[in-house]
Amino acid sequence: MNARTLDPAHHLIEKEPYYEAVGEEIQLFEAAYRQQIPVLLKGPTGCGKTRFMEHMAWRLKRPLITVSCHDDLTASDLVGRYLVKGGETVWVDGPLTRAVRCGGICYLDEIVEARKDTMVVIHPLADDRRTLPMEKLGQVVEAPPEFCLAISYNPGYQSVLKDLKQSTRQRFVALEFDYPSAALERRIVASESGVSDAIADNLVRFAQMTRNLKGSGLEEGASTRLLVHAGKLIADGVSPVTACKAAVAQAVTDDADMLKAIQELSSSIF
Amino acid sequence: MAQQQLTTAEMEASLHIWLDTEFTYFKVEQLAAELATLTRDEQDFILGWIRRIASTHITLAWQFGRRAPALLSRMERRLLEAWAVHTCDVFDRTGLQTALRVMEEVDSFDETQHRNDAAGALFDDISPILGTFVCGLSGRRLHIEEGDDAWTDGERIVLPPLIAALPDLDDNFQLAKITVALLWAQTRYGTLRADLAGVAARYADPERALARLYALETLRLSARIARELPGLYRQMQRLRAQLDPALPPTWQRFEARLAADQATLDDSLALLDAAYEDTDCPQWSDQGCLRPDAIAAARAARLDKEKARLRIKLAELLEEHTAAQPDPPSAAETPPELNVTPRDENGLLDFEVTLDDAPIAPPDGVKQLLTSVYLDFGEIPPDYLTPAGDGEYDPNLVFDQPEDPDAVWHGTYHEKGAELYPEWDHGRQHYRKNWCVMREKTVTPAYDDFYRDTLDKYAGVVKHLRRKFEALRDENRIEKRQVQGDEIDIDALIEALADAKDGSEMSDRLFVRLHRAERNIAVAFLVDMSGSTKGWINEAEREALILLCEALELLGDRYAIYGFSGTTRKRCELFRIKTFDERYDGEVKARISGIRPQEYTRMGFALRHMTKLLNQVEAKTRVLVTLSDGRPDDYFDVYRGQYGIEDTRMALLEAARTGIHPFCITLDRDARDYLPHMYGAARYIILDDVRQLPVKVTDIYRRITT
Repeated sequence: MNARTLDPAHHLIEKEPYYEAVGEEIQLFEAAYRQQIPVLLKGPTGCGKTRFMEHMAWRLKRPLITVSCHDDLTASDLVGRYLVKGGETVWVDGPLTRAVRCGGICYLDEIVEARKDTMVVIHPLADDRRTLPMEKLGQVVEAPPEFCLAISYNPGYQSVLKDLKQSTRQRFVALEFDYPSAALERRIVASESGVSDAIADNLVRFAQMTRNLKGSGLEEGASTRLLVHAGKLIADGVSPVTACKAAVAQAVTDDADMLKAIQELSSSIF
Repeated sequence: MAQQQLTTAEMEASLHIWLDTEFTYFKVEQLAAELATLTRDEQDFILGWIRRIASTHITLAWQFGRRAPALLSRMERRLLEAWAVHTCDVFDRTGLQTALRVMEEVDSFDETQHRNDAAGALFDDISPILGTFVCGLSGRRLHIEEGDDAWTDGERIVLPPLIAALPDLDDNFQLAKITVALLWAQTRYGTLRADLAGVAARYADPERALARLYALETLRLSARIARELPGLYRQMQRLRAQLDPALPPTWQRFEARLAADQATLDDSLALLDAAYEDTDCPQWSDQGCLRPDAIAAARAARLDKEKARLRIKLAELLEEHTAAQPDPPSAAETPPELNVTPRDENGLLDFEVTLDDAPIAPPDGVKQLLTSVYLDFGEIPPDYLTPAGDGEYDPNLVFDQPEDPDAVWHGTYHEKGAELYPEWDHGRQHYRKNWCVMREKTVTPAYDDFYRDTLDKYAGVVKHLRRKFEALRDENRIEKRQVQGDEIDIDALIEALADAKDGSEMSDRLFVRLHRAERNIAVAFLVDMSGSTKGWINEAEREALILLCEALELLGDRYAIYGFSGTTRKRCELFRIKTFDERYDGEVKARISGIRPQEYTRMGFALRHMTKLLNQVEAKTRVLVTLSDGRPDDYFDVYRGQYGIEDTRMALLEAARTGIHPFCITLDRDARDYLPHMYGAARYIILDDVRQLPVKVTDIYRRITT
């Protein structure tokens, strides 16, 4: 078994990633891409933001470089840094620089998680300058027209600490994502996991019930992604109630009473 | 090996003490003789509970002791325990007489009727689960409460204390769940829309009509559940097969009619004439009962209020939308047209709101109101959709207003608008539910020179504190010689290269890294405002708070300051001095200056409330600092002594369990023996000299948060 090693800067997505458009987001993204405007994706976790990016990269035939931001991500992690190699210092490009150089799509996932100083690095790239200054090298890289910057952000956290600054957010065209409508979500679950329409329907109804619990002890309801997981387990022969417990209930909470209640909801449906 | 049985003499001795026989003259000898025949395990069980109940009320404990030995053979211990706790709860709520009555009820305990009780589902065990369960189902938010029977009024679902129709605990739980689902379905699928009492009154025997209507509706809702919740329906069928007789033939016909997809309450009403004539009327053990009065009362109170609320919210929504538009549509020739289309399909209830044909997304609050209105009418009546005009409603009447904490004391003695907190009764080894009646009040600000005087008085200290805290704040530092980092550490690199040339081992720590420790602390200060702080201590507390605020403002930590005091459990008061959201302004300074000694030191409720407030604040580290002058105490109440110490200890433990770091600063110089026990979960410090307080507190804070 050999895993393939890919260089994201030169790898193009070969197979069409499955994506069901909810509204006009595909046209919007394409227009923004042509007009060289950066894009901000808003929405709760697991509603298809990352999948949308893969789909768009495939459509536009550009390499996609995804950076999952975490609270220790610094500007140098994005731009690049000097490393020591055999007694000499060597500059190594960061993922953002690589994306700019190869004219790819750079997708910064959950941007608010990153340190505040990283935001400032993307500012010149996100307005009409479209340049990436590399202070340590004393250079400025100009982005080719093919380059595209996209960031994502989950406004649901409702925390002042994790809010996007106005100076950042006002540079982007925003696409809002939410859980798809019931009918669409059913189609997604069915085609992604391979379960029958009837089971997909029940999964979606179950998800809706957990979403009703948001704010009453649950931070976030079951996402489409979790439904797909549950669906895949069911398609593989696991009983629906067990699959919902493992893939959904346990994923959204640790609280014993809440777990039991979610279990009762799923066993009511299936 | 089983432990040796207790002798009559041993037990008598304990009972004499617990039941205070010197004054109460209870004849414990007979009780001890009766207990002597039991095994040691049973003796311990009963004696333990006598002791625990005695701490609440001696007569109750005596009555328990007289009954318990006989009950032990026919009642599960779990139920005996639940009975004992329930009796104490009733005593807390309504006093001795009712508690004794509850005690006596157990005499009529009929074994045959209660043969499944051992496996019964207790309300306290199932309500958290079923409460969440019913919340997940669509429709209006329903609350679960404990009551005499299973019924609903459209806003809450009431369940009996014990559901024990079946010999298996799981089955009893399932039965409770099915009952909850059926009661939920009454609200969700329109049973409660009609004037049920009015319908029944048209018949010669309204009782009979109501029972039959309820049976018809139960059939209709069961069919509905079969479609919406097939898993639950399977359980329902299984349990009904065990518990209920088969349906009579006429009713089977009704069932078929009501199973249709579009069947509504009207179909049941149409069948009522025929059903009324029928001698049979099926009843299911999961159906609960119908209370038309309660339903009508809840509905009457709800309708007008929700209409007003919805219309006000829609007006707000409209305003937002017109404000967002760059150029307002040419004056208001035609008012914007608001349309709401409910979509109730496939178990989902959603609303499409359009404004002049353009869809808009209603906020959650509006959606919930629409849901509630839809459930009451089966549609959104057009007059609910005309946005309220200016001043049409008095918002004070429409929205729930926070009660004025003082107003309560002018009128009757009630608990309206207060928050209730439990209290730990160490004697009972159980919480007293809803025991403390807590209200938040604001300290009356005193606009005087206290703030300035304090700063003058401590000018040197303030300067010193500022320097110290500024050093704290500036925590971004460059860490040298790291394995990974943003830049190369040139010094380290040169050294390493030299080492390499020299032939020695080369270090791999060649990078510098910016270490950014973002302070993310929320801290709540709880200040003792009891009468005993009068004088020196009060002044020192106020000065300490001023210095503390000065320092905290530098650090940028989020903080809140509350004072606590109270007289008896009915009047527990927390004084707001600064909330987390407030800025440190003139008002807050004046409030600090206005802190005055009040009454007694009841601490548990204050700690519990602060725990709740702190947990609502988002922060990596949460600290709860209490500042008190001595042991907990309250007016003519058991709170003095061991009880208060144990309750305070428990409240601190609860806080620590939610991840809060409690820290206590105390000025109690005498009784240090109890402190380690009371502050078990918290770190604490004792200050000998009150005058140290202002300087020390700030310093302590610096130490505990770095």
